[in-house]
Amino acid sequence: MAKIEIKSDKKEKVIELKNVSKYYDDKPAVDNASFSINKGEFVTFLGPSGCGKTTTLRMIAGFEKPTSGKIFMDGKDITDMPPHLRKVNTVFQRYALFPHLNVFNNVAFGLKLKKIPSGQYIVDKNGTKYEKLRKYTKDEIKEKVSKALKMVDFEDYEHRDVNSLSGGQQQRVAIARALVNDPEVLLLDEPLGALDLKMRKDMQIELMEMHKKLGITFVYVTHDQEEALTMSDTIIVMRHGLIQQIASPKVIYDEPANVFVADFIGESNIFSGIMHEDFKVEFLDHVFECVDKGFKKNELIDVVVRPEDIYIIPADNAAAMKHGAVNTCVFKGDHYQITVQVDEFEVVIHETNGVEEGAEIGIFIKPFDIHIMPKARIVNEIETEMIDEQTVNICDGSFECMPTELEAGTPVTVKIPFDKVVVHDDEEDGVIGAEVINSIYKGSYYQCFIRADNYYMFFVDTQDDWLKGDRVGLSVKPEDIQIEARQIEESEDR
Amino acid sequence: MKTNPLKKVSQKIKNFRLTRGVFAWPYVLFLTVFVVLPLVIILVNAFLADGKLSFANFIALAKDGASIKVLINSIFIGAVTTILCLAIGYPVAYTLANMKTGSIIVILFLLPMWVNFLVRTLAARAVFEALSIPLGEGTVLFGMVYNYIPFMILPLHTTLTNIDKSFGEAAADLGADRVTVFLKVTLPLSVPGIISGIIMVFIPTISTFAISQLLGGVHLFGDSIHEKFIHGLYGVGSVMSLIMLAFVLLSNMLLKKFNKGEAKASIW
Repeated sequence: MAKIEIKSDKKEKVIELKNVSKYYDDKPAVDNASFSINKGEFVTFLGPSGCGKTTTLRMIAGFEKPTSGKIFMDGKDITDMPPHLRKVNTVFQRYALFPHLNVFNNVAFGLKLKKIPSGQYIVDKNGTKYEKLRKYTKDEIKEKVSKALKMVDFEDYEHRDVNSLSGGQQQRVAIARALVNDPEVLLLDEPLGALDLKMRKDMQIELMEMHKKLGITFVYVTHDQEEALTMSDTIIVMRHGLIQQIASPKVIYDEPANVFVADFIGESNIFSGIMHEDFKVEFLDHVFECVDKGFKKNELIDVVVRPEDIYIIPADNAAAMKHGAVNTCVFKGDHYQITVQVDEFEVVIHETNGVEEGAEIGIFIKPFDIHIMPKARIVNEIETEMIDEQTVNICDGSFECMPTELEAGTPVTVKIPFDKVVVHDDEEDGVIGAEVINSIYKGSYYQCFIRADNYYMFFVDTQDDWLKGDRVGLSVKPEDIQIEARQIEESEDR
Repeated sequence: MKTNPLKKVSQKIKNFRLTRGVFAWPYVLFLTVFVVLPLVIILVNAFLADGKLSFANFIALAKDGASIKVLINSIFIGAVTTILCLAIGYPVAYTLANMKTGSIIVILFLLPMWVNFLVRTLAARAVFEALSIPLGEGTVLFGMVYNYIPFMILPLHTTLTNIDKSFGEAAADLGADRVTVFLKVTLPLSVPGIISGIIMVFIPTISTFAISQLLGGVHLFGDSIHEKFIHGLYGVGSVMSLIMLAFVLLSNMLLKKFNKGEAKASIW
C-alpha cells in the first residue's frame, strides 16, 4: 500500500525554507526562518497572534512573497511560483467557501480547472510527440466529489447552499474542497478556531485520522497549545517572527528551549536563578540540585518548573526544600490548582489532593524536573527615568534621545536593539564605559555581551570581534532609542 | 352609549405621546402631497377625455407612431448608455477596489456630481461647440455616460471592495490563474453591484429629457412627455408618464428577480 511506502521514507523533505524573512513596512513578520518539513509529517506552527505563523503558512501557499530567502518544494525553488501552480491546498481560517456556489460546486471548483494527461498523443510538424491534456469528465468529477465529501463525513448535502451551513459543516466542506485535489501538502490556517469546544475536539480527532489515512503532509497553524500538543508530529513554536523551538510535542513540553516556550506551552513556574556550578542552581533563595551543566559559574539563568512537578509534603518533613503558606486551592476537575506563597514568590502547584488554605506546607522538587535555560532576550530593555525631555538616563549615563513630552524623572522603559548599540574603542568616545564580557560568532556577525559599570548587560550585534575583558565606550544614536513611559507597579517577582 | 366627538379628540390630544413614529409624520405628509397625489392625478388624467372616463388617450397614443418611435429610441439610448457605463465603470471600480487609496479616488470621481448637472451639460455643449463637433446622438450619449457613470462606479466599488480577499486566494489555491479567478469568483460575486449600477443608470436615462435636448436636439421619451404637457395634452401626457412608470417598475422587478439568491443587493 502506498501509505506504508510513504511512512518508510519519512525523512524525505517536501518543503524547505531557507533564511526566509517577510517584512511589512520595515517590520519583520517573519525573521530569518529556516526549517524543513518531511513528507507525511503533521507539522504545527504554534504561537500567539502576530507571531508570524500565518504569514509563514501564506508564504508556503504562495499568497505572500518572502522579502528575502528561498522556499523549496520537492527540492525545486518555488519562491516565485504563483499559488495556482503549487501542489498545495489550503483550508482557510474562515473557510472562504464561495458563497455563489453550492456545496458540490465548491468542492468541484479545483477539479473543473485541472488538466490531466489523456493518454492520447499528438505529433506536431517537427515530429515531437505531445501527450494531450484533457479535463475531468462530469462523471469523474461527481465521483471524486462524493468521495471527498464521504471522507469528511458530509454526504447527501451536495446541493445545499453553503451560506445555510453551520460552522462545523462549512469546515467539512472546506476540508473536502482542499483534499479533493490530492495535494502533496495540506495547509490548515487555524481551521478549528471558530468551532465550539466539543466540536473542536471531534474535528481534532477526525483530522488526525484523515492525516493517517491519506499519508499526505499536513501543515497546521494554531495558537492553541493543547491542539498543537495533541495533533502534531512536530511543533514549530514562533514568537515575534522568530522560531523559538522545533521539536516533537513531548520535547517541547519537557525540554522547552526558553522561557517563552515554557510559558506558552502549558503552565509553568518561571524563576530567575543563578547557576552556582554544574548541577547546582539557586532559585527561590535556595540551592537546588539539578541535572544541568555546562553553564558558566554564577551565570544568570531562567528556571522552569511545571506545576505538576512540585510536590507538597508536610511542613515538618525533613525532605522539604522550602516552606510556604497556601494562598488558594481551586478544584479544576482532574486536579487541584494550589498557589503557595514561598517568601516573596508565588508558586503554582497541581496536586491530586487538595490542601487547606492558609496551611503551612513544605515543597519538594526532583532534580530532573528543574529545567534550566539561558536568559532569552530579544532587545536591550532597561527600566530607568528621564533626565529631561531630550535626555534619558541609561546606566548612569546621559543619553541624548529624540524629543519627548516626558518630563524629568518620568519612569520609562528604554529599548535598544542589539545592532543599534555603538561600541567605541576608546572609552572616552562613548557616553558610558563598559567591559566586554563575551563575544560569540553567529555566522555573519558577532554577538557581544558588554557589561556597563552598573552591571547591566548589553547584548550587542557588531561586525567587529571585541576582545574579552577590554574596556570600551558605548553610545546609541538618539533615533535608535525607543522610549516608553512606564506605569509604576509593585514589582512582581515570580 | 353616545360618545361626544369633541371629547374623543380632546382625549386623543391628552393621550398624545411623542413616540418615534411621530417624527415620520412630516415626511408622510410631504409624500402624500407631492408624490401620491400627483400620481393619482396622472392616473385620473390618463383615463379622462373630454370630462368622461374613456380609453381615448391610450388610443390616441397608439395611433401616434412618432411617440412610439421615440419610446423605442429612448430605451435604446438608455440601454447603450448603461452598457457603456458598465464597460467603462467596471474596470475603474475593479482597479480602485484593489488600491489602498481607492476610496479617495472614488470621491474624485464623484466630485463632478457636486456641480449642478445642467451647468455640467451646458459646459459640455460649449466644449463641443468650441471643438466644432456636431451635436447629435453621439454627443447625447457622451453627455449621458458622463452624467451617470458615477452612479455605476459607486455601487460597483462598494461591492468589489466588500468581496473578501480570501475568496480570490482560495480560487488561486485551487488552481485558478488570475483570469479564471476573475471570471469564476470576482465577477459572479460582484453581480449585486452590477445590478445596482444598472438600476441606478438605466432607469434615470430612459426618462431623462434635458441632456438630450441640450446636447443634440435628440427627442427622447422624457422630452415627448414634457412637450405634451406644455401643449396642454394632459391626457396623452399622463398615459405616457404611466408607460414610463411601468417600464421603471418592470425593469426594477426583472433585475431584482435576476439577483435572487445572491448576497443582498447593496442599493445604497
